[in-house]
Amino acid sequence: MNLQNLFNALENVDSEIYERVKHVSRRQLFSFGKKAALVAAPLAVASSLNKAYGQSMPDRTVEVLKFALLLEYLEDEFYRIGLNTAGLIPGSDRVIFQQISKHETAHVALLRTALGSAVEPKPTFDFTARGAFPTVFSNYDTFKTLAQAFEDTGVRAYKGQAPALMVNDPVLETALRIHSVEARHAARIRVLRGMKGWITGMEGFPGAVYSGDQATNEREINVPGISGLSSSVVSESFDEPLTKDQVLAIALPFVRL
Amino acid sequence: MLVCPIVGRHLPIFFSFMENKTNLLIRSKTVDSDGRRRFLRYAGFTAVTATTILAACENATMEPSTMGAGARVAADGSIDLGSGDVGILNYAYALEQLEYAFYVRVIATPYAGMNAMERMILTDIRNHEKVHRDFLRAALGGAAIPALNANFGAINFGDRNSVLTTARTFEDLGVSAYNGAGKLLSDGNNLSTAGKIVSVEARHAAVIRELISPFTASFAGDDVVTSDTALDVVNMPGTVLAAAQPFIVERITASNLPTM
Repeated sequence: MNLQNLFNALENVDSEIYERVKHVSRRQLFSFGKKAALVAAPLAVASSLNKAYGQSMPDRTVEVLKFALLLEYLEDEFYRIGLNTAGLIPGSDRVIFQQISKHETAHVALLRTALGSAVEPKPTFDFTARGAFPTVFSNYDTFKTLAQAFEDTGVRAYKGQAPALMVNDPVLETALRIHSVEARHAARIRVLRGMKGWITGMEGFPGAVYSGDQATNEREINVPGISGLSSSVVSESFDEPLTKDQVLAIALPFVRL
Repeated sequence: MLVCPIVGRHLPIFFSFMENKTNLLIRSKTVDSDGRRRFLRYAGFTAVTATTILAACENATMEPSTMGAGARVAADGSIDLGSGDVGILNYAYALEQLEYAFYVRVIATPYAGMNAMERMILTDIRNHEKVHRDFLRAALGGAAIPALNANFGAINFGDRNSVLTTARTFEDLGVSAYNGAGKLLSDGNNLSTAGKIVSVEARHAAVIRELISPFTASFAGDDVVTSDTALDVVNMPGTVLAAAQPFIVERITASNLPTM
């Protein structure tokens, strides 16, 4: 399974997706040809959702909070289903996922409160990502793989949005405090899967979640050069951000449109 | 208006009053006519000669920085972190120095019964802290505080529990410090840089907590993550430095840091 499979899985998407994508004309999408349009769909959907959110609420802070809420909705429902699926999570590991689940539920409540009347309802999720992960709730390894992907994506997503929140100190601080909680979750799940708690190069799956995380140049400084440590070590030492579009391209296959 | 201070005994201090042209982390609003953020190129320590120090010093008095001043060593040996974004990044640099020094000792004098997995984890963390320390020092350039001396007299490095609980304290403290300092930064690129580091500290904290209390909720425990809103620990510089000061020989002062 790789990212291309995820995109290919979108070929099963029904025509409703285009109805929901109001800012992309159907003609434009289909002018690429059916196959190309379907492969391109995640990014088109991503930028369209982006615009849809942004236009109704010019306040960039609200836009970021809605984006964060989408990710928290996703995580919250994912863990709730996992914990409620008999035989999926071994008894020894339940305490881990119960704690994470508790946090995601709290994040959803917090963001919904913060958004007030601007809040968007929870979408319907498809955790198989349109068939890409058919065993998500029947195979524990698949469940853990996706848990790690969601947490590491969450870390990179909040990180990417932080500068946009600088105009509002309380919101920025709240986002940073959620961000580091997601990092704690990510580390624990990685260790549970027999990996390091930190990300060496782009180690993880699916690849899009770890795209660019191997960076070793920071602020024009060649960090391996000044520290005498390897690129692997330096890449572990910095978690890189993802843009909103990158995150939506990862997350939207899990959203039933 | 910046005034050239008395030359201190630490070499890095020589550079601290060179306006803000020796580090990457500072923009000068005086060249920001279009209101956009600009970054000045990094000039390495080695390229700086006594002549340019003097030249830059003169320059500094003509171009006062609005992004903060570098470190100062007072007559009594105490170290002031500076002001603005520089002060906040020096604050981070001080904490990273402390963490790195701690893990150097942990690996050099392993506690009784340290297994291969623990050694690997603690070595990784030591290396990450070195990366953070060296990166911040390079980025701060001439505005950086000098090397600090650690005081670990209260830690029993032969005892697993003493080492790991201290590690937990340092990592959680680091997370809380970065979480609190984010809003004190005025430049988005500095915030991004801090963000890249804080989540790695949070990963450290979770893994150390797992070593202490395996297969529990401790990795993101209710003692650091609020139970009702699930927000991680946050502390302002005064609180963090009060907790860190017993482990640092030099007295750190933060009276010029931004407070909001």
